[in-house]
Amino acid sequence: MSPVFTIYRKELKDILRDRRTIISMLVVPMVVMPIIMLLFGGVSAKLVQSALEQVPEIMLLGGEDSPKIRAALASDRGLKLIPVAPDYAARISNKTLRAAVELPRDFDERIGEANATVPTKIYYYQGELRSGFAAEAIEKCLRDYRDKVLTDRLANRGLPADFARPLNTVRQNVAPPEKVGGNFIGTILPYIVILLCLTGALYPAFDLTAGEKERGTMETILSSPASRTQLVLGKFFVVLTASILTALCSLLSMTTIYLISRGLFGLALKGKMSLGTFTVAPGSVLAVLVLLLPLAVLFSALLLAVGTFARSFKEAQSYAGPLILMAILPAAAALLPGVDMSPKLAFIPILNLSLVSKEIFTGAFPWGYIALVFASTCLYAAFALWLAARMFNRESVLFRT
Amino acid sequence: MRNVAGMIEAFSLGKVFPDRQRPVVAVDDVSFRCAPGEIYGLLGANGAGKTTTMRLLATMLRPTSGTAIVGGHDVVREPERARRCLGFLSTATALYARLTAFEMVQYFGRLHGLDDAAIAGRASDLFARLDMNEFRDRRCEKLSTGQKQKVSIARTLIHDPPVMIFDEPTNGLDVMSARTIVAFVRECRAAGKAVIYSTHIMSEADKLCDRIGIIHGGRLLAEGTAASLKSAHGGDLEDAFVALVDAA
Repeated sequence: MSPVFTIYRKELKDILRDRRTIISMLVVPMVVMPIIMLLFGGVSAKLVQSALEQVPEIMLLGGEDSPKIRAALASDRGLKLIPVAPDYAARISNKTLRAAVELPRDFDERIGEANATVPTKIYYYQGELRSGFAAEAIEKCLRDYRDKVLTDRLANRGLPADFARPLNTVRQNVAPPEKVGGNFIGTILPYIVILLCLTGALYPAFDLTAGEKERGTMETILSSPASRTQLVLGKFFVVLTASILTALCSLLSMTTIYLISRGLFGLALKGKMSLGTFTVAPGSVLAVLVLLLPLAVLFSALLLAVGTFARSFKEAQSYAGPLILMAILPAAAALLPGVDMSPKLAFIPILNLSLVSKEIFTGAFPWGYIALVFASTCLYAAFALWLAARMFNRESVLFRT
Repeated sequence: MRNVAGMIEAFSLGKVFPDRQRPVVAVDDVSFRCAPGEIYGLLGANGAGKTTTMRLLATMLRPTSGTAIVGGHDVVREPERARRCLGFLSTATALYARLTAFEMVQYFGRLHGLDDAAIAGRASDLFARLDMNEFRDRRCEKLSTGQKQKVSIARTLIHDPPVMIFDEPTNGLDVMSARTIVAFVRECRAAGKAVIYSTHIMSEADKLCDRIGIIHGGRLLAEGTAASLKSAHGGDLEDAFVALVDAA
């Protein structure tokens, strides 16, 4: 049996017997994360839905001399007028009142004039969802009223209703549903999977290096005939296994939870994997997973190098924060509008994978970029592995306690 | 340079650790020889260079000058082969807490290239000899200090090495656990193994070692049997040790 496999088998057994590994590798991605996502998604959807369904209470300020507009606002089913109070602004700030609309004096009379433009003002709480909905409902009511007045003015002059509408713009989606869904999934999915690859590797990498130093087993294993390179490879393959398993478990659980939440069990289309209202070709998923492999190698080797460098598990953990941030930033940069794949960006690790995944999920396969991303990530991964092996061969690092 | 299997020979071993202010000379021109069936004691105070010398012999550290032959293999040119010939035990060589006693021994057997049948046979013999069968399948984290010591012993013996290196193995142990170790060291000598034993405890070196090398400031100050060292400097071993260190 090869020493690398012997080390791999032992280290895997060792970390799988550790409750903390089981929690970080299986329980968190397969149970905790989906529950949080489901709860958060469910609660926020419910809140938005209830805010939309609730008829907002608003105040009408002024307009006592304008019965027509008052009647239009009062009869709107999307609005509920309540008696006016002088502290309307404070009430909006305290969220006890959704919004208020102010009409100028002689509104009806002035709007009846042929060329008049009458100002109105809406008071609301910017950034507050329900207040925003109320302001939109008031605007819609006033817009309908304005259109009716305009039509009357045109009719009085013997002009057709379309006279004041020389341009009529309609939006038409030409992207197939696959691409629409792919764009959404391609943006969000790589971000999640990249993060999970990293977090899945984090704990085992530190446990097998800094943890080993701390527990005093480093000297024990160094007295065995296994070479330092064999030791680092055995450990590396365990970390890589943990990283890939965590990412796959998370993907599996997220897809399952998503399908359950959408009630779409049994709706998988022929030759396609259904993800709610979106459909993603299995080929795209496979291609992205293949591209993720060198990135998982990069993360695993890098974390192993950092863990070996650290004196203790605690010190290794202090490096975890900046490392996660270094992975999040390029992954998040791909979510920004206008950031698209280019020859330069194809060499930036993590960002390049996020960008090319976006393309792949929309059904496009830019083979040149795919090859560039794969090759450059492999190169970085090889460097990280070399670094980890080098760390493991440095006496000053290995016996640093 | 002779290459004798089952022997330890150090040739002008030296180790300098780089440091920003000034390099630290941990081991300086140390030479000695330990024959099969002999216990060679390395006696020195804390920081004298004992552990570094042991780590150099066990190939955990690479010498900056000189070399050593362990079981017929040069520690610089063939470190993996040298490690195959030795068993290394110190209070710093802990056990994997989440492995059972048997799994721990089996793991090292496999790393030494033994097949599972050979490991099973050898482990069965060792576990019986060391009275370990009761806790064979118990995880190391649940073992007492004495039981852990026995597992460590079985771990170092699973491949029946001709050379044994003990680096202050009784440090911090209670009397009973220390006695187990000392008895085991004697057994190794009886089995014809070459044994290097480092300690700072005079009485232990006096009772156990066939020859003693006194190390101080990384240098080997004197070498000989306990009796010859005592007669050369008068008094007991401690007096001889103090006289040598003071003169250095």
